[in-house]
Amino acid sequence: MKTPAPRRRNGERGKSPEWADGLRRLYDSVVEEPLPDSFAKLLDQLDDDAHG
Amino acid sequence: MRMGNAAAPTPTDSAPQGASSSGTPSSAAPARAPRSAHDAIAFKRELTGVIPHLRAFARGLCGRPDLADDLVQETLLKAWAAQERFEPGTSMRAWTFVILRNAYLTDMRRNRFRADYDETVAERVLVAPAGQEGPLHLSDMHRALLTLPPERREALLLVGAGGFSYEEAAQICQCAVGTIKSRVGRARATLTQMIDTGQIPRRSTDDSVAHDAIMDELDATVQLER
Repeated sequence: MKTPAPRRRNGERGKSPEWADGLRRLYDSVVEEPLPDSFAKLLDQLDDDAHG
Repeated sequence: MRMGNAAAPTPTDSAPQGASSSGTPSSAAPARAPRSAHDAIAFKRELTGVIPHLRAFARGLCGRPDLADDLVQETLLKAWAAQERFEPGTSMRAWTFVILRNAYLTDMRRNRFRADYDETVAERVLVAPAGQEGPLHLSDMHRALLTLPPERREALLLVGAGGFSYEEAAQICQCAVGTIKSRVGRARATLTQMIDTGQIPRRSTDDSVAHDAIMDELDATVQLER
């Protein structure tokens, strides 16, 4: 599934503490998790309701 | 990334804190002419595409994966109902983050996440280990993050994890850019201090157990304060 890649702020790199990378990895680790089917099903259902 | 103008893409249920925002997206007249089929397909595709980001933002905000996914479901429902107000070409991620954030705040006011008590509890669960061993674990990072006040946590998540600019984060949080900068700065200072001194909430053998313990403590706190 294609997801928009968030931009990173290079300007902050110089003063970022060591843990800053961990914060991004924390976020990215969830982004990269397999997506439960329930979300696609929900949208399909909404779509069907809208056109049914 | 463009967010579009402030008025158009903002769903009606994204009222700032303090306003009544319990309602579902308004059934009032849409902001513009009905969408073409092409727009509707594009909307669904884009909305699907941001789900992983919504999950990441929600997880960072409320900590618990199950509640975070509930929040994402709620967000998808609201976004779907408000799709006439999404301006094609603007950032779907920013638009849906506004919805998710407001749903979170509404739920929090209903005491669902009880993040208001994070700080109190954090003071009690914080321990200073003899020495921080090894690299910082992501779970450590997450627990540290969850001890921050909600408004600082969301600011840091948006800028430091989600890659939004201060300006974009300010639009999402509906506050001034200076406010966002201040919140991010304070959040960073707190986390830096917490990590430098090893004062991260203690790790359990099982994070869900740790979280349950924290939630139990929150329950006790809530009971005591009633």
